[in-house]
Amino acid sequence: MKKIEVIQNVLEANEAIARRNRELLEKHGILGINVMSGPGAGKTSLILQTIAGLRDRLNVAVIEGDVASTVDAEKVQDEARAVVQINTRNMPESCSLTAAMIESALKELPLDEVDLVLIENIGNLICPSEFALGEHRRVVISSLPEGDDKTAKYPLIFVDADVVIVNKIDLLPYLDFDLAAFREAVRGLNSEALVLQLSCKTGQGVEEWRSWVLEQASLNRSGR
Amino acid sequence: MHELGITENIVDIALAKAGEAQATRITQINLVIGELSGFVPDCIQFYFDSFKEETIAQQAVLHFEVVPAQLRCRDCAALFMPQDTMWSCPECLSQSVEIARGRELYVESIEVE
Repeated sequence: MKKIEVIQNVLEANEAIARRNRELLEKHGILGINVMSGPGAGKTSLILQTIAGLRDRLNVAVIEGDVASTVDAEKVQDEARAVVQINTRNMPESCSLTAAMIESALKELPLDEVDLVLIENIGNLICPSEFALGEHRRVVISSLPEGDDKTAKYPLIFVDADVVIVNKIDLLPYLDFDLAAFREAVRGLNSEALVLQLSCKTGQGVEEWRSWVLEQASLNRSGR
Repeated sequence: MHELGITENIVDIALAKAGEAQATRITQINLVIGELSGFVPDCIQFYFDSFKEETIAQQAVLHFEVVPAQLRCRDCAALFMPQDTMWSCPECLSQSVEIARGRELYVESIEVE
């Protein structure tokens, strides 16, 4: 019997592809944002709101991840500069997008004509937190009907977020969502994350989100 | 759920290392897995049992070393274990903390013949 030391990160294969994706985006001056949430929190609605307000200033491409169906791609195809749908049903990771999936999708996008790639991850608060895609920024959406306990149940996804969006804020009068407790819990996990309260339905608070996206796109172009 | 692809990676890493050492059999694979990583040992074990078939790892045992979560305060550098999800420093009460240990997932070593 012989023991061989290995010390090899099991996720290294994914991370190597993620680094390549990021280099490719940077070569074209593109900002990549990974949009994550549980099912139904408003990923597609946020993407539509982002494009609607920034269309005149940024060319936006969307990569849609879903286990099955092209429902989301159909919703954004008239709005975005380009859309690629990824279905993960028959892939090794069906519950999260991975860097290899993004690498394939980027080949289908007209990268020279794009400033911003919004990646809609699979609706899931666990698995996507483990797989780097090559994105520059990570956004997590938590919506009021899901309850204010998501930080306690799925801490890791909040730890790595640059922005935490509290969506469906228009429902606050009707629900027992403790906004102050939620914000404090996010701060406890990740004191640097920006927390934005908004409603994709009414448009309340959306302008602040768009300003953040514009600011990040301009930082990215200047190489920071 | 998402352990399928990473279990395949684990088997590939072990087979490659065993191949380099010209081993004929892998008897054990030692994995280090952080408490905060989203991966579940039971799921890895489940997929491993199917991936190892018809390889030189067929008889191999998976051994998991689970690393407890440890946080570091960015302000006073204190190391501490997180209490539920309020990750604040017990020394200086700062909320600016980072994960020091607990997100690992790597193949530490393999045992071969």
